[in-house]
Amino acid sequence: MLFYIFAALAVLSGAYMVLTRNLLYAGFSLLVTLLSLAGIYVLLFADFVAVLQLMVYVGGVLVLILFGIMLSSRVHDKSVLSESVNKGWGIIISLLIFIGLAYTITRASFSSLAWIRTGAYADVLGYQKSTVQSIGIKLMTDFVLPFEVASLLLLIALMGAAYIATDKQNV
Amino acid sequence: MLAFVLTLSLMLLIVVVVVYAERKVAAFMQDRLGPTEAGPYGTLQPLLDVLKLLQKEDIIPSAADKKLFAIAPVLIFVAVFAGFAVIPLSPGLVPAGIGIGVFYFLAIVSLDVIGLLMAGWGSNNKYAMLGAMRSVAQIVSYEIPAGLAILSAVMICQSLDFQEISYQQGAIMNLFPGLEYDTNWLFGIEALGINTTAVGGITTWNIFRAPFLLVAFVVYFIASLAECNRAPFDIPEAESELVAGFHVEYSGFRFAVFFLAEYAMMVLVCLVAVILFLGSWNTPLSNIGPFKLAYLTTGTVGELSGILWGAFWLISKTLVLLFVQLWARWTYPRLRVDQLMHLCWKVLTPVALGLVLLAGIWRLLMV
Repeated sequence: MLFYIFAALAVLSGAYMVLTRNLLYAGFSLLVTLLSLAGIYVLLFADFVAVLQLMVYVGGVLVLILFGIMLSSRVHDKSVLSESVNKGWGIIISLLIFIGLAYTITRASFSSLAWIRTGAYADVLGYQKSTVQSIGIKLMTDFVLPFEVASLLLLIALMGAAYIATDKQNV
Repeated sequence: MLAFVLTLSLMLLIVVVVVYAERKVAAFMQDRLGPTEAGPYGTLQPLLDVLKLLQKEDIIPSAADKKLFAIAPVLIFVAVFAGFAVIPLSPGLVPAGIGIGVFYFLAIVSLDVIGLLMAGWGSNNKYAMLGAMRSVAQIVSYEIPAGLAILSAVMICQSLDFQEISYQQGAIMNLFPGLEYDTNWLFGIEALGINTTAVGGITTWNIFRAPFLLVAFVVYFIASLAECNRAPFDIPEAESELVAGFHVEYSGFRFAVFFLAEYAMMVLVCLVAVILFLGSWNTPLSNIGPFKLAYLTTGTVGELSGILWGAFWLISKTLVLLFVQLWARWTYPRLRVDQLMHLCWKVLTPVALGLVLLAGIWRLLMV
C-alpha cells in the first residue's frame, strides 16, 4: 500500500517536472520525486541508500540547482521559463534510454533472487540493524578499486573547481 | 503514535522555556529586567506571544508566489521535527531506533535548506531573497565541519545508532544488545589498564573516553550555531540590514511556525551535541568505591525511574547548551561574510579533518 502511494507520488511529480515550463517549479517537484524514491528505497530494506539519496541529491544537487536558477536570472516579476528545443534529438535519446532500461528490466529474473522467494516479510537484514556494515565491508574488499578511483576523480574535480574559481588577475 | 505526541509536546515545552529564557537572559546581560508583567516573573510571556501571533491576520503579499509561500513554513517545520524522530530520550524510550540515526539526522537537516530557498523565493522580496541566499550558503558550508566532527565521534563509537552511542557512554553499557562484552577504558586507552565500564558517570562520556573529542565538540557547537542561524552567525537575519531575512513577509500563524522551527532547530542541534559528546542521557556522577552514585541516578532501565532520570539528565544538559547559545549571542558581534567563510573553510574544516584522522588512530588504541 505504502509502495503505491510513493510510486504514484514519484510518477506524478516526475511528470509535472517534465511538463511544467517554470524551471523553479520543476526543481521543487524534483524534490518530491527524490523524497518518494527515498521512501521506496526504505521499503526495499535499503535504508543507507535512501538516506544517501536525501543527503546527496536533496541536500546537495537539488540545492545547487535551485541556487543556480535563483542566482542566474530573476527577470522582473517573471519566473524563469524553459523553451522546448532540440525536439528530434530529445525524443531519440529518451527513446533509446527507455529501450535500454526496459531491456535490462525484462532480462533480470527477479523471481530467482533469494530474498524475494523467501517472502516480503522475512527478516532480510538478519541480525544486522542496517545495511551499513555490509556496504562498508564490500567497499573495502570487493569494490576497493572503483571506490578509490571515484575518490580520485572527485579530488580532481575539486581541484579543477578551485582552479576555475580563483581570481586570475594576480597571475 | 504515542512517541509522536510525546516528542511534539516535549519539543513545544522546551521551545517555550527557551523563548522565555532568551528574553530573560538577554535582559539580565544588558542589565534590564525583561518581561515582568504577565504571570510570576513574566513566565506567561511566551504563551501570550504565541496567542498574539495566532490572532494576527495572515497576509500573503499579492506579488508573492502563493503556493511556494504557503508550503515553505510547513516544509521547514516538518524537516526539523522529523529530525527529532531519532533522538533517544532515555534508555528504552526512542521514537524511531533506526540503525543509521546519525546519518539520517544529517540528511534531514539539509532538507531544511530547501524550505529556506522556497520561502525566500516565494516572498518575492529582495530582503527575503538575500536572506535566503545567505542562509543557504552558510548552512551548506557549515554542514561540512559539523559533519566531520560528528564523523569523528561516530568513528570512536563505531555506530550510527543514537541509542547505541548513548549506551556506550554510561555505566549500563552492557545492557544494550550487541555490547554485552564491551569494556570502557580510562581515556579510551587500553594500555593504561583502568577499566571504567562499571564506573560510568563522566568518565565514560565521549569527551572523556577520547579527550580529543572535546575539540570536536567545540567545532560541532560552532558549526551548529551557524546551522540554526544564531548569533554570531546571524547575517541571514541581520535585523539592521535585512530587516529579518527570509521570513520578512510572513505574519500570523505562518510566522509562528517559522519561529517555532527555528527554536526547535536550536533544541535539536543541542540534543545531538549532548548525545554525541556529553554522555547523552547518562548521569555525570560516577560509581566511586562503595557509593554507587551512577546506578542510583540512572534508575532501572525500562521502568519509570529509568525514563525519568534519563530524560532529566538529557534535558538538563541540553538546557545548559542552549544557555551557552544565548550567552554567545550577547557576547560576540556578528561576523562579516568573508570572516564567516574564512572561519568555516580555513579554520574549522582543516581542524575537523585532523580530528577524523586522530579518531582513526585513537580507535586503534581502544581495542
